[in-house]
Amino acid sequence: MVLELKKPRPVWQIMFSTHHTDVGLLYTITGLAFLFMGGVLAMMIRTHLFFPGQNVLISDSVTFNRIFTVHGLTMLFLFALPVANGIGNYLVPLMVRYKDMAYPKLNAIAFWMNPIGGALLWLGFSDTSWVSYAPYSVIRAPGPAADMMIFGLKILGISSILSSINFIVTILKCKHPDLPLRRVPLFAWSMMTVSLMTLVAMPSYAAALIMLLTDRLGVSGFFNPTAGGDPIAYLHLFWFTFHPEVYIFLLPSIGMMYEIIPRFARKPLYSQGSGVFAFVMLGLIGFASWGHHMYSTGMDFTTKVVFMIGTLAAVPASGMHVFNFLATMWGGRIRFAAPMKFAVGGIALFFSAGAGGVLNSAMPLDFISHGTYWVVGHMHLFLTGTIAFGFVGMIYYMFPLITGRMYSEKLANIHFVGMLWGSVQVFFTQHLLGLEGMPRRVYDYPAEYTSWTQLNQIATIGAWILGASFVAFLINLIYYSAKGKEANMDDPFGIGGKYYYPYQAKNPHHVGY
Amino acid sequence: MGHDTAEWVFVGVVIAILVYVGVDSWVVQKEVEEVPADAEIIKVTAQQWFWSFEHADGTKEISTLHLKKGHAYNFEIYSKDVMHSFNIPDWVVFEDAVPGHVNHAWFAPDQTGEFPIQCREYCGLLHYNMRGSLIVEDDKS
Repeated sequence: MVLELKKPRPVWQIMFSTHHTDVGLLYTITGLAFLFMGGVLAMMIRTHLFFPGQNVLISDSVTFNRIFTVHGLTMLFLFALPVANGIGNYLVPLMVRYKDMAYPKLNAIAFWMNPIGGALLWLGFSDTSWVSYAPYSVIRAPGPAADMMIFGLKILGISSILSSINFIVTILKCKHPDLPLRRVPLFAWSMMTVSLMTLVAMPSYAAALIMLLTDRLGVSGFFNPTAGGDPIAYLHLFWFTFHPEVYIFLLPSIGMMYEIIPRFARKPLYSQGSGVFAFVMLGLIGFASWGHHMYSTGMDFTTKVVFMIGTLAAVPASGMHVFNFLATMWGGRIRFAAPMKFAVGGIALFFSAGAGGVLNSAMPLDFISHGTYWVVGHMHLFLTGTIAFGFVGMIYYMFPLITGRMYSEKLANIHFVGMLWGSVQVFFTQHLLGLEGMPRRVYDYPAEYTSWTQLNQIATIGAWILGASFVAFLINLIYYSAKGKEANMDDPFGIGGKYYYPYQAKNPHHVGY
Repeated sequence: MGHDTAEWVFVGVVIAILVYVGVDSWVVQKEVEEVPADAEIIKVTAQQWFWSFEHADGTKEISTLHLKKGHAYNFEIYSKDVMHSFNIPDWVVFEDAVPGHVNHAWFAPDQTGEFPIQCREYCGLLHYNMRGSLIVEDDKS
């Protein structure tokens, strides 16, 4: 099997390659680079909010608004999607036992759209907030920043549609004939689910972006009330894409946990069937809940009830994943190497984020939490607590496979403790800030609310711990991929027994474990 | 492979909790949306970046709203430019101000004091400073 960095190659050979492992590597490295860039913005935001009324770090609210906008765009579109695609590229062909992705050139094209889209987002530095609600984004947001954001997102949207097509065809059409679909490993199932969801969800936002652009050019008035349009239409188009997109961000990470947990628990997976069922359920129900982002826009009672039911309906399927993980670990001889630590930490935070989400979807409670720091804490518990935990665990897990060397377990421990501690401190505190009524996306807050000041300071210290833990990650990624001990490729994590990477399963009866 | 009793019991418990949450919020929300017939209408207009209020008798106020304890008030919420969100956190009054739409929220203060009013939907440059205050006074008449 190909070990990417073991035999050093000139970098252009990797860059201009269309092989799935090379493209996967490019995706993952780009995604991680953007993670650190977005992380720096997050640290700036949190540090700025440490004291009310201070303007040392960020001297004006326009800059602050631009920073939180680009932080959001970066983490969602330039970190979460590319890293999922990268690991998917790397593993899905191996898991379905095909030589490459179905369309290798299309794959490389889809990847190279990411740096271009990313450059547009970063050079524009828009201030619309990542949701860019009309009519602010139409009549008030300064150009060319907002226009560059629209073009950047357009390109990233096309990229994600292309890579979705590629995954679907690879899994359904190119899998080994001896491998029945129900036996395909759950990580590949998660990639297929999110690819199908992307195909259905993305066009609505793609249309909204074009409408936003023509509105901004003044040739149409879809979302501009002074031209007879309606901003609520934008919200529907936007959330029809981006509520399913929540699951598109989330499911690959769950799939990665399915890859990690059975191996490190040294037990077969509790139930492949219930994992597949829960993925498909989430893929379908994800489309029934976009309206819960819009309870307060003047939605009537019946519509609210429908969307509340749609939202709650997604919970049992998420719960089935958690149950599957716990039942797999139950009674296993668990080896707590770094990947397993991150997977278990991710499950714990996934559970708390989900519990908070149930409260959000209950209509009367939503009127307390919506638009406050509660929501910031809630969605970061998913994005950092679940998605980034899964991704980081998976990257540690694939580290010997990709580099042929071992990371430093000590640094990985520091990273894990810092990331878990930091996430709990900053995001749980943000929930409390929300209950105190602090709105999100604010440059400053009144100094006379002492509880806001205290909670913000606790959250900021948590964010610093979280940020500092990523220094350990960076050292692991850079130094130990070049100078680390050579890994024992038969059993890099010392699990013993019949340990294997997914690609080592040549016998179809081994794939489902 | 396959389900067993433990998983069905688990899913059953989860669904039971969700049904409880759903039914309870249905009941509460139904009650919350029942506007009292005698509620006095207050027009709230949002614009970048302040609130203006108009009482039923035509009195206008900017940023500070004076109301009487023990009366019910129904806010008619308008926006002149972009989306805002009218919010009195202490009274859980929260509804978006959407240009081209009229939204409603009502409440009936039962204690006096000064309460903050804020904007809870990002609306640009001074969104953080789009604050006002609600002063609830004893009804002397």
